[in-house]
Amino acid sequence: MNHTTRSRGPASRTASHPLWSLLAVAALLGVAACAPKPMAQDPMPPAQPTPPPGAPSPDPRVGLGAGRFDPEEAIGNLRLLSSSRPPEAFVGVTNSDLAFKDNYAIQGNYNGIIVWDLSDPRNPTLVTEYVCPASQSDVSVYENLLFVSGEGLGGRLDCGTEGVQTAVSPDRLRGIRIFDISDIRNPEYVANVQTCRGSHTHSVLKDPNDDENVYIYVSGSAPVRPAEELPGCSGAAPDEDPNTALFRIEVIKVPLADPTQAAIVSSPRIFEGLVEPPQHGMAPADIAAIEEAKARGEFVVEIFGQERIVPSGFVAPMLAAFVQERGREVATAADSAAFREALPGIIAARFGPQEEEGDGPRPGPTQCHDITLYPEIGLAGGACEGYGLLLDISDPDNPTRMDAVADSNFSYWHSATFNNDGTKILFTDEWGGGGQPKCRDTDPMEWGANAIFTLEDGEMRFKSYYKIPAAQTPQENCVAHNGSLIPIPGRDVMVQAWYQGGISIFDWTDPANPVEIAYHDRGPVDPDRMQMGGSWSVYWYNGLIVSSEIARGLDVFELVPSAYLTENEIAAANTVRLSYLNAQGQPQYEWPASFVLARAYLDQLARSSGLSAAQITAARQALDQAENASGTARRTALTTLAESLRAEASGSRDAAKVRMLADAVRALATG
Amino acid sequence: MLLALTACSGPARLDAEAPAEAPAADASDLEAIYWARQDSARARFTDADVDFMTGMIAHHAQALVMSALAPTNGASPAVQTLAARIINAQQDEIASMQQWLRDREQPVPEVHIDGLTLMVHGAGDHHMHMPGMLTRQQLEALAQARGSAFDRLFLTYMIQHHRGAVTMVDALFAADGAGQDEAAFKLASDIHVDQLTEIARMEQMLEALPGQTP
Repeated sequence: MNHTTRSRGPASRTASHPLWSLLAVAALLGVAACAPKPMAQDPMPPAQPTPPPGAPSPDPRVGLGAGRFDPEEAIGNLRLLSSSRPPEAFVGVTNSDLAFKDNYAIQGNYNGIIVWDLSDPRNPTLVTEYVCPASQSDVSVYENLLFVSGEGLGGRLDCGTEGVQTAVSPDRLRGIRIFDISDIRNPEYVANVQTCRGSHTHSVLKDPNDDENVYIYVSGSAPVRPAEELPGCSGAAPDEDPNTALFRIEVIKVPLADPTQAAIVSSPRIFEGLVEPPQHGMAPADIAAIEEAKARGEFVVEIFGQERIVPSGFVAPMLAAFVQERGREVATAADSAAFREALPGIIAARFGPQEEEGDGPRPGPTQCHDITLYPEIGLAGGACEGYGLLLDISDPDNPTRMDAVADSNFSYWHSATFNNDGTKILFTDEWGGGGQPKCRDTDPMEWGANAIFTLEDGEMRFKSYYKIPAAQTPQENCVAHNGSLIPIPGRDVMVQAWYQGGISIFDWTDPANPVEIAYHDRGPVDPDRMQMGGSWSVYWYNGLIVSSEIARGLDVFELVPSAYLTENEIAAANTVRLSYLNAQGQPQYEWPASFVLARAYLDQLARSSGLSAAQITAARQALDQAENASGTARRTALTTLAESLRAEASGSRDAAKVRMLADAVRALATG
Repeated sequence: MLLALTACSGPARLDAEAPAEAPAADASDLEAIYWARQDSARARFTDADVDFMTGMIAHHAQALVMSALAPTNGASPAVQTLAARIINAQQDEIASMQQWLRDREQPVPEVHIDGLTLMVHGAGDHHMHMPGMLTRQQLEALAQARGSAFDRLFLTYMIQHHRGAVTMVDALFAADGAGQDEAAFKLASDIHVDQLTEIARMEQMLEALPGQTP
């Protein structure tokens, strides 16, 4: 039941028995069959929530009292700085995603957008409320532009609140709204781009090689609108209409000098050929059988990426034909040897690449929910219905698929987050769409969870699942949702929203063993029934952890030191400064040289016993002395410390971390 | 066809002209606004929305009947996982749709399942004719199948069944004024995308079944 499918190639039809009948047909008719390529399987260990050592039992999140604006709360290793209720015009309407610019948090709401000034995080001030209904109103910024997603049927071009009462209407907006926020207190609605499926979410891509444009990748998951409303829209299968709005994403190019000229420039079909069935790898018994067959001298060939024994009934006629071509009636030993060598080629020719045949829509994703763009490493993570995709975005107009994974435990691939150095990717499964309670004690820990993969040579390899360890009530919608990395240097730490499951901060440095390190949770919005609420999304932004609460407003937190996270690590994270942040645009974190950065690495080495207690004490003292010195004395002390650390690295069980520490100290010396 | 559109202009309706610097309301005021707005949102629905919810409850209920056979009929582990997830998902969605109807003071269909017999009280008698619904003969064939024959039939019928649900969502979206309500839009579009995703997965599973004729 636990398995991934990996797929890159074209269509696949695999099964053990029909293969040979297929081969027979191909041999008889002299035509090639379709070209399947089943993928290797990674074994999937069961998810095991790892309660933090010493965690209170029962979990304080279990059994919290309900309330709309006054529920019971539980908090661990976090401090709640403020909770701001929505402005009146937005109360009772869903708060959605967040974007950040300078000191501002821009909060989407199904009724429009809300802007908060976070300069004093203990007392955020409301600076803008702009009523312009559309779901989901997911927001992104770039410089002076604000982009807002519209998907619901009631969104209007004129921002009116009356909805759209006909199935086909010239007044309806489904797509991207563009605002000029040069004056953030007075957003100016400057343009729209209408799309066939509307925009459920979107991603903004700033190409490092293009300073004149930004690109928006539009993801839409609702049904296709009628062609009478937006000409050219078709929800037909691709073989009926090659211009179908299914099986593609839309790329909008926005000229920064004139955003009113924003338009769709391409509709990449990044899902082409994604039809491989989820399946297990070979069983140990099958592998043993292959080995035995080889030992017996039977013909074993690799077909569809898997070794298979060729039944003698098929070998005989092929051998006969082979020998005949060589001008003989009866095979010699040399013929047999040559045949053995030629057989893989013969088989490959028979099963050579071919277009998928058959009627109806190709199975596979028709769209993505989210695409997380990480331009610094040229990659994107696409969460696309039944698949997680790894995309090459070095050409922004034309993203191409590098790898795809499926997982029988995943219901609906929702969003992706890379770790900072791009060696891992985490996908979320929004099982139930976010409106259902999927964290009950009866719901499997592998369902509605995160799946963590390592990236190795452009392929994704499954390592583990992570789901919040505290069971929630049937009155709380709960499933994995949006979050971001917290720039703890030397570690992969993420904060994530789980709707009414609250927020969870966890460490996935060891991809096989994610560990929760902090949380916040409230009781249900309503004691008697499931009422939408909870954290839609939560992001780290310049030292703050900011959560968009669907029913209750905006929460701002900060990290509190604990056994899992030291004061130095938190302070080092807070040296990272961003000028803006979008939910689906991942920035590469860079840590400026600082004493606290070196101390954070030292704390990690103390935790991992990467250096001895004596070495750590000596290094701490040397850092203190250097910090108290100045000029040449400081430089000399730091250079000396960096060199001695570099020498100690080779003897350490955590040599890489010691080298990071040495580099951080050297950067201080030269800074 | 619009049932209660006039309610949209009621007192709790949003006012686009509201001043940005409205005086801060206290918690109990906000709570009152919250409820009023929830009530107002609930008034914005059409006959098509009600028919959709009512019909989809019965439609989902048949998926429960089908999925409940998986553990007893020797389904493969993959099909059992799928069936378990369908039961979990569609039970929750039935509860959501019942709540949606209850909130709008509409008749709430109650589902009773006894083996292969599905009784939906309060849904009228047209529910067996919805797109994708299995006939009694199909259900009985499924109930008699075992092992890989069950897997094949289950996947084939569930694809048929899911396609019917997708058709029902498309029909809802083609109805004037329907799907304006946030909860209805979300429920319907979640059903649409979830079932399309599941159809793709089931088509792959079907192709991977042993003995499949190419």
